[in-house]
Amino acid sequence: MFDKIINKNDFASLIKDGMVIMVGGFLGCGTPETLIDLILASGAKNLTLICNDTSFVDRGVGRLVAAKQAAKVITSHIGTNPETGKQMVEGTLNVDLVPQGTLAERIRCAGAGLGGVLTPTGVGTVVEEGKQKITVDGHEYLLELPLHADLAIINGSTVDKAGNVVYNATTRNFNPLMAMAASVVVVEAEKLVEPGELMPELVMTPGPLVTHIFKSEKR
Amino acid sequence: MIEDIELAKNIIAKRIAREFKNNQLVNLGIGLPTMVANHIPQGVNVILQSENGMIGMGPAPEPGKENPEITNAGASMVTILPHGCYFDSAMSFALIRGKHVEYTVLGALEVDQEGSLASWIIPGKKVPGMGGAMDLVVGAKNVIVSTLHTERGKPKILKKCRLPLTARHVVNMIVTELGVFRVTPGGLGLALIEINKDTTIDEIRANTEAEFIVSDNLKTMEV
Repeated sequence: MFDKIINKNDFASLIKDGMVIMVGGFLGCGTPETLIDLILASGAKNLTLICNDTSFVDRGVGRLVAAKQAAKVITSHIGTNPETGKQMVEGTLNVDLVPQGTLAERIRCAGAGLGGVLTPTGVGTVVEEGKQKITVDGHEYLLELPLHADLAIINGSTVDKAGNVVYNATTRNFNPLMAMAASVVVVEAEKLVEPGELMPELVMTPGPLVTHIFKSEKR
Repeated sequence: MIEDIELAKNIIAKRIAREFKNNQLVNLGIGLPTMVANHIPQGVNVILQSENGMIGMGPAPEPGKENPEITNAGASMVTILPHGCYFDSAMSFALIRGKHVEYTVLGALEVDQEGSLASWIIPGKKVPGMGGAMDLVVGAKNVIVSTLHTERGKPKILKKCRLPLTARHVVNMIVTELGVFRVTPGGLGLALIEINKDTTIDEIRANTEAEFIVSDNLKTMEV
């Protein structure tokens, strides 16, 4: 009925040089590590990565930075991965730092069909440079624009074969937002179950948002 | 001056912990602000948020009970209390920006007499990024800066921040080991409202670049 499950070769065929890829996770918690392995193995170059942080050199999205596969990262924090700062100083990696709440809203509004979001965050700081300022009821806001990706790779704790996803504990973070904001969405399923096994009330990402399911090889 | 840095940090954490009231939602930053959780008075139930996606954050897990799926915003493994819940990053920052968080406590590289804060970048030296700090200081109802009064002998409370700002005119209170300052809303200056019994106003003036007035109602800092 549903034909969403893919293997390693199928996933590898999705990866192209220069792609814009969103990677779920928060300092490595809730990151699809097997899919990261496969992007590493693909050797794809000049990627643009959109991620909360660049994690650690040996964990999550940080491994793609350490392998020099990224030309640009759009992120809120790089302090835990010395490779990001080093490549930024060397001029080989373009780092666009975005406040964390703004990053979340820019991804959310791309997935929600909105033309942008007005936020007070960053007013009066370097973050406002080059942005439109809009005053509403006497308060200043920055117009922050949607962030869309070619591919989002997310981590699901329990996924049914229709693509419905439940995230455990703090693994949720950016995953459900990214699942709405990319042309192709691949979920790495830690546990794969049949449709009907998840309580519909508890589903956090509705199945139709998920293009492909990859069974995790973690653990 | 209080030379013992660990003692100084505990004085700061203990004083800040006395600000909270029952059932308030509070966000504590990484480092010194995290220590505040150890000093919350008995009988005061504070609900801690971690901006990676939870409220009701509990203490570090007992050895052998760590769960890598329950982490805080600094990637340390934590626990969740029975009243807690999880959510995604958009919800987390809606709580923050939407004025649902009563207090945010965070550290500073520099803070100034206008209530502006610099905490995320030293250009050319250290560029960790702002993470959630810019949203927290703009969104929380009360912003408390926790900082040692000086760093390597240099004042941290300045007339005007020299480093790039996290936000301008947002800080409500500055707590150091020597005293407590209240910032007049709108960036209109500092008042010393509490003083540690082991220092003097002259010593505070000598170690503070910012101008400040001494409150008519100056109290001894209870720690």
